[in-house]
Amino acid sequence: MISQALLKEFKEKAGQENVFTEKADLVTYSYDAAVLEPVLPGVAIRPASGEALSQIVRLCNENKIPLTVRGAGTNLSGGTIPLRDGVVVLTNALTKILEINEADMYAVVQPGVVTAKLAAAVAAKGLFYPPDPGSQAVSTLGGNVAENAGGLRGLKYGVTRDYVMGIQFFDVNGEIVKTGSRTVKCATGYNLTGLLVGSEGTLGVFNEITLKLIPLPAHQKAMVAVFDNIDKASETVAAIIAHRIVPATLEFMDNFTIRAVEDYSHVGLPTDAAALLLIEVDGYPAQVEEDAEKVELLCRQKGATSIRVAEDAAERDSVWTARRSALSALAKLKPTVVLEDATVPRSRIPDMVRAMQDIAKEYNISIGTFGHAGDGNLHPTILTDRRDKAEWARVEAAIAAIFDKALSMGGTLSGEHGTGLAKSCFLEKETSAATIIYSRKIKTALDPNYILNPGKIIGR
Amino acid sequence: MSDMKELISLMKELEDQVVVCMRCGMCQSVCPLFAETGRESDVARGKLALLDGLMKEMFENPNGVNERLNKCLLCGSCAANCPSGVHVLDIFIKARAVLAGYMGLPAAKRLILRGMLAHPEIFDRLAEWGAKFQNIFTKPVNEAVGTSCARIVSPLIGNRHFRPLAAVPFHQKIPYLNTSPGHSGIKAAFYVGCLMDKIFPHVAQAVIDVLTYHEIGIFMPEHQGCCGIPAISSGDTKTFESLVRHNLEKFEAESFDYLVTPCATCTSTIKKIWTLMVRDDGRGIKERVRKISEKTLDINQFLVKHVGVKPGVLKKDREVISIAYHDPCHLKKSLGLAAEPRALIQANPNYHLKEIPESDRCCGLGGSFNLYYYELSANIGTKKRDHIASSGCSTVATGCPACMIQLSDMLSKAGDRIAVRHPVEIYAESLKP
Ligand SMILES: Cc1cc2nc3c(=O)[nH]c(=O)nc-3n(C[C@H](O)[C@H](O)[C@H](O)COP(=O)(O)OP(=O)(O)OC[C@H]3O[C@@H](n4cnc5c(N)ncnc54)[C@H](O)[C@@H]3O)c2cc1C
Ligand code: SF4
Ligand code: SF4
Repeated sequence: MISQALLKEFKEKAGQENVFTEKADLVTYSYDAAVLEPVLPGVAIRPASGEALSQIVRLCNENKIPLTVRGAGTNLSGGTIPLRDGVVVLTNALTKILEINEADMYAVVQPGVVTAKLAAAVAAKGLFYPPDPGSQAVSTLGGNVAENAGGLRGLKYGVTRDYVMGIQFFDVNGEIVKTGSRTVKCATGYNLTGLLVGSEGTLGVFNEITLKLIPLPAHQKAMVAVFDNIDKASETVAAIIAHRIVPATLEFMDNFTIRAVEDYSHVGLPTDAAALLLIEVDGYPAQVEEDAEKVELLCRQKGATSIRVAEDAAERDSVWTARRSALSALAKLKPTVVLEDATVPRSRIPDMVRAMQDIAKEYNISIGTFGHAGDGNLHPTILTDRRDKAEWARVEAAIAAIFDKALSMGGTLSGEHGTGLAKSCFLEKETSAATIIYSRKIKTALDPNYILNPGKIIGR
Repeated sequence: MSDMKELISLMKELEDQVVVCMRCGMCQSVCPLFAETGRESDVARGKLALLDGLMKEMFENPNGVNERLNKCLLCGSCAANCPSGVHVLDIFIKARAVLAGYMGLPAAKRLILRGMLAHPEIFDRLAEWGAKFQNIFTKPVNEAVGTSCARIVSPLIGNRHFRPLAAVPFHQKIPYLNTSPGHSGIKAAFYVGCLMDKIFPHVAQAVIDVLTYHEIGIFMPEHQGCCGIPAISSGDTKTFESLVRHNLEKFEAESFDYLVTPCATCTSTIKKIWTLMVRDDGRGIKERVRKISEKTLDINQFLVKHVGVKPGVLKKDREVISIAYHDPCHLKKSLGLAAEPRALIQANPNYHLKEIPESDRCCGLGGSFNLYYYELSANIGTKKRDHIASSGCSTVATGCPACMIQLSDMLSKAGDRIAVRHPVEIYAESLKP
């Protein structure tokens, strides 16, 4: 329990109006986008400055109260589900873009800046911040860095990790730790940035993040290729890469998803197709045209039954509307949506898609699979109703089976959604007992009281 | 709403709808209230989690949930963008009914709702009195917008620049109409709506002018009642249902092809909320509601889709007026109408339509939200005002009288000389010689 005296201190540091203790507020900070049981915190605090943030961290440590930082609360692995009676720290009052440096191409932000807002702000200056998770309209950069979020552009442009130049964060004592720099190269000290990216709030609390920017590509071209068989789609992906073309996006949809999207948004997708590839190339206009032609040719050679190249911005929009509505379309079919994230080497995609179909049959559940074919990051999406206890038990068994399948193909539990609570018990399977012990040693050394988002990633 | 059986059946419906929310949080990006406060209990996801908690008996006392549930513009931005298709507004309205039924209406609200709205004659009379007396308390401040502010500081008015009640409400000018169609062959019932009747009678007049011009037969019964939205959004199903019954009786007295209204909120209420919230009375009321709501059309939609607008002539001696358009939530998000009001404005060549940024962002009025959370409402409204002012227009049109009130308040306070009008007025103007 949080004592009245500590509450008073929180209020002094963060301001009376930024400390929430009423149950009706706490309930709204008890969950995230993962399908897990909510847990009620003891207090939620919304600091309006880095100084206040640092003081809260320090107070939590001194009082041995667990602290969970919450950005937009959109993570899919339980990363912001607090500990019972713990502290939730909201970053959504820390929303300043502190600097956009056009000459040196970087931006410095507070952790609560919304991803899409930064992307728009830098685009207005002709610069590009590529990581674009599907949640970018609401997700925070702090959350993106803490989850090492990916997105549709991962194949060509990489993921959040590839854009973090430096982090200024608070250790458990509320002291400032600085990693990285504003220079392209930096060889001083340990690579703490690498440790903190993807740390899900368990090793430090970000206060300022320096992000790399690149020039905005001048031109794009998008197309949709239809296949009557998954292998042909997959061979096409392999062929495109083998021809040294790296599309900015290379997305896949299975038949289940195609039908759901078409039912929902009537964009004219062929509902009998086994698979769709949605492809976009970008860069200099001449090169884009050349790449697009080559990609089109490769799709034909590999047996695409039809190809639609977007001729203008409106057609390009409709391609991406189809992709973006994949999750919505699936989500509308059943009350509960479990968005999985198991990832396999690119070449194993047909095996993985077939495995998903087999698992759906074996456990008698609905699974739609779509995702980032270019980087092997598929999103098998399970549609169910949590209130149906028998089905839910089958779903849980199916999730374990999906993980096993992905690992058996040399893949990983999560391409981009993180470990959190949802996958922490599976982590040893992917790594080793020694890996967990090694990680826990790091955790114990840096956070001896286990106050920083305990239980996430490496369990307790 | 005291009937336990009804409460329970509403709760059941609620439960099935609430579970559809997958807690993705995407509603944070569109909720105008969340943009101001950053508090999760202000956005749909938080409110749905609270309702879920309520149903799982997490709360001994529903007051906290009730308070947070009522702090909402009911703008539907969340519902319109929800990837899971959660019927957020239906849920909120049902939940308000459940909670109000549970806790009993607060005395003051009960008095206003039951005493005034439920008896249209009394409401009319009170408004007439108000119109007579208001000049004593208010003074004109901004002629272009046409607002007044409190001459003496009044706790009710605060520092609002509100649109005054019309000296003569529309129902006094034209209490009843029943004309036969001319060459159009269409007969339309005209539902005026309280705000149009009492604050913007000239808009109602414009509707009559346009319908008459197109030789549409008009049926306008006497003593029309409020559509019931203020009652039902406070959870007062009793007043709401009595208003629906009252209006049904008035309009069922004559046969007609369409029922039209210039009020986006009334249209959306009749089409969506009446069908959603009227309970079966064993005497076919649901069927009666279904029939009338199917015939109900927003005036812009009716004119553009079912009548065909006539392009006006350019008046050579006058400068073309640049006009902005604000999309009312109840037109665009609720009914999907955005092109029609614009088409109506563009039919008048003496106006030049200028799009504003985020034209479909909520104006922040939100009915009683404005009364209880005026500062927040004004902050949201100020963003809208800034967008309108940035377009350099001298007139702004919008298809809902509630938005007209909010825009007037915001523009007037900022000292802008921008007139607030309804698309049908702009169109009516172009039909005049
Ligand atoms: C519809 C939808 C689509 C999605 N699409 C994608 C996608 O395409 N790719 C992808 O990778 N993910 C995706 N996600 C998952 C999620 O949006 C990402 O993980 C995102 O990075 C989370 O950001 P957030 O601000 O919501 O963080 P939160 O969920 O609030 O937090 C995530 C983690 O970060 C920690 N954290 C937050 N701020 C800080 C800080 N300042 N210091 C230290 N730790 C911090 C939290 O403690 C938590 O462990 C999607 C989610 C949804 C609901
Ligand atoms: S967008 Fe819809 S599903 Fe997502 S949290 Fe909001 S209400 Fe729930
Ligand atoms: S109706 Fe409007 S104010 Fe209410 S939660 Fe939805 S978006 Fe927010």
